Amino acid sequence: MIKYLIKRILWMIPMLIGISLISFFIMHLAPGDITSSEASFNPKASEESRQKLRELYNLDKPVIVQYGLWLKRIVSLDFGNSFASHQRPVLWQTKDKNGNIIKGLIQESLPITLLINLIGIFLIFSISIILGTISAVKQNSIVDRSITFFIFVAFAIPGFWLALLLMYWTGVMNQWLPISGLHSLDYKSFSQVGQFFDLLKHLILPVSISMLSGLAGISLYVRNGMLDVLHQDFITTARSKGLKEKNIIFTHALKNAILPLITIIGLSIPGLIGGSVIAESIFAIPGMGKLFYDSVLMRDFPVIMGILTIGSVLTLIGTLIADIGYAWADPRIRKGLVK
Amino acid sequence: MKQFYTLLFSLIFLISCSNNNSEVIDYNDNKISDGGILINAMSAEPSNLISMIAGDGASSAIASKIFNSLIRYDENLNFTDDIAESWEISDDQKTITFNIKKGLKWEDGMPLTSSDVYFTWKLITDPKTRTPYGSDYTIVSEVEIPDEHTFIVTYEDNYAPALDTWASLEILPKHILKDEDINSTFFSRNPTGSNYYKLGDWVSGQQVNLIKNENGILGAPFINKLTSRIIPDTSSQFLELSAGNIDLMNINPIQFKRVFPAKPKLKNKTSLYKEMGNGYTYLGFNLKRKPFNNKKIRQAINYAINKQEVIKGVLLGLGEPISSPYKPGTRWNNPSLKPYAYDPEKALDLLKEAGYEMSSENYLTKDGKILEFEIITNQNKQREMTAVLIQRRLKEIGIKVTIRVIEWASFVNRFIKTGNFDVVVLGWSLSLDPDQFNIWHSSQQGPGQFNFVGYENKKVDMLLEEGRRELDLDKREKIYHEFSKYLLEDSPIVYLYAGYGLTAVNKRIKGIKSPAPPAGIYHNSYDWYIPKSLRRNELSDK
Repeated sequence: MIKYLIKRILWMIPMLIGISLISFFIMHLAPGDITSSEASFNPKASEESRQKLRELYNLDKPVIVQYGLWLKRIVSLDFGNSFASHQRPVLWQTKDKNGNIIKGLIQESLPITLLINLIGIFLIFSISIILGTISAVKQNSIVDRSITFFIFVAFAIPGFWLALLLMYWTGVMNQWLPISGLHSLDYKSFSQVGQFFDLLKHLILPVSISMLSGLAGISLYVRNGMLDVLHQDFITTARSKGLKEKNIIFTHALKNAILPLITIIGLSIPGLIGGSVIAESIFAIPGMGKLFYDSVLMRDFPVIMGILTIGSVLTLIGTLIADIGYAWADPRIRKGLVK
Repeated sequence: MKQFYTLLFSLIFLISCSNNNSEVIDYNDNKISDGGILINAMSAEPSNLISMIAGDGASSAIASKIFNSLIRYDENLNFTDDIAESWEISDDQKTITFNIKKGLKWEDGMPLTSSDVYFTWKLITDPKTRTPYGSDYTIVSEVEIPDEHTFIVTYEDNYAPALDTWASLEILPKHILKDEDINSTFFSRNPTGSNYYKLGDWVSGQQVNLIKNENGILGAPFINKLTSRIIPDTSSQFLELSAGNIDLMNINPIQFKRVFPAKPKLKNKTSLYKEMGNGYTYLGFNLKRKPFNNKKIRQAINYAINKQEVIKGVLLGLGEPISSPYKPGTRWNNPSLKPYAYDPEKALDLLKEAGYEMSSENYLTKDGKILEFEIITNQNKQREMTAVLIQRRLKEIGIKVTIRVIEWASFVNRFIKTGNFDVVVLGWSLSLDPDQFNIWHSSQQGPGQFNFVGYENKKVDMLLEEGRRELDLDKREKIYHEFSKYLLEDSPIVYLYAGYGLTAVNKRIKGIKSPAPPAGIYHNSYDWYIPKSLRRNELSDK
């Protein structure tokens, strides 16, 4: 088992280099660089000055040389500085010589995205398991049909549209919830608890919207898994032993039915750092989606590479965790690994 | 499921404080007094508050409230005092002497003198500074600061846009920045300025708060605090405005014409302002390609496009046709010029003169080839709609047009820089200084330069050179009126429209000039005020 783990972890290194190389080249395939943003299409900005900028950012060098420079920095975990945001560090804060702390871009955007996604995933899985189980147990009944109908409607409704409707209803018509943003304007004058509830209040709509489209996939997964299990022999055995239906479903069937979810949870780890550009724009949340999107539009290469690298590391770790988790939960697989 | 909803809604009710304000607000209360908060919405976060490096609109909007230039534009777009109380131009027009006001202070109380101005000039001309705007300042051949209150610049050659360049260079404090690396200094997020406002705090990605600067060199404003909330989506901005959470936002023609009139309650508490915008949209030909090297073809297409229809369709009438690249109503605009009228018959005549004939499939052909081309534009709804309207009108006279829409950076690098296009729909700004050398002079056609349509006219070249050297405003005006005439006649681009800038402002904000002067409603934002009874009561206005 340990040998297997070490092998898997060592394999990650060439994988990461390969992923970063491909990302780097694909990024450079898109025409343009930081000097070709819409704002710099300005007769006051001369071509010579833009050429000078390109040289200062090493953008005049061949792509392979630029990749080498990037790799050299990344080995010492230096993600570099953003081109577009005034040389701010991409990943983590640095101190300037006067002791001012300059925060990293990912450092500022990541926590809020993580928070939203964690709450979102938690809710998606808990609600899906409940819905999926009900559907499977009451297969083909009116309850099953209406649950399936409901989750597909939720899946099909465009999130931005529903978001705007909800914002109008809860924020303009009735002033129940804040419309956008993460904090009230005067949140700094609140107590700690007050600030927490203020944040929570601001998160209700964004989390609900981001959750809705995820329900369909997972709850169907649970439903199908459950149906499979319910038709297996050991369930029949349990029934014939005269066990209570409640026991059969919750102790015996559900455990087996949600096994595949472990893989899905593992695979959704990289998704934790990705945000939705549309939702973040609508709710004015400064998260990872907007950061990545803006960086691509601005051709802010260090930021793009920073996010992609972290994303790929998390994907690799996620698959590893999924495999380990699966082995831990399912003896059949564990035995296979040891062999 | 039911439990979940009950839970969700009880949660909503639990933590939402219902602040239904039932009080009646009297918007006719007009007493001027100090204080209050103005909250506006911005679509993007400033990248950096040092304008010479930032270059984006959001940054300059905030920075201009914090910093001053030597001189500035007044409401009629004439130069007026800012840091300098007066300026003199020497008889040979090569030297400008700025007399700096006495007793000026930075917000931290340190004196603001000519050495700060000198320092700023040094910074922007330093090759290590990451600014795209250096070239206007490197042509200064000599700078002198004989004393604290005099700043003298000398140019090798007369340079008429000089005053405009000094009006756009924001002066930075030497005492803070002299040992800093301008490219990465923390100053860009924590500036020390000299204007009406200073930075209070900046919550990344969410809001920038400016507070009154009592040391402001032009005096102090009435409103104590300006909060700019960063809300990328305009629909969300609109909802915030409807709920009264923000006071000011830029709106689009649909909101101006359709949404506000349909909502009487909202209309009651909001004022809508309309001003001449800062840019125009055009259809630009690639003059290096056939058949656009033929003036008759260009003029024919100009006649075949119904500009009024485009303005009505795309801007819902909230724009104007133009006939020169200058703001209508300013001195640089030649009032005797008229836009090409919509005249499809004249267009057909011109095309027939150029040798085209109508084929059996209703397309114009010459030597067996159909007259067809591709319009390229970037992802911009208004430009896309414009292209579609043009496509339809041109089809009516027998020209086949296809449209391609591309993301900005690809558009510039693959098509504009390489000159690989037939026709583009793009925009230019209606610049305050009339100099358009970089856009129209025949020497400016290299890759990455701005005369990418490839316009060449010896007469225009001469006028542009002359206009750059002439600092006398009346003589300059004549030169550019003449230039605009040639430009319209040659028709290297079709002027489509100059859209209005549209703003919605909560009525609690008073002191806004209406109708807007040429400089727009913001020019006197320092005189805006909020009467005591109309202020938000939920926020302490410190």
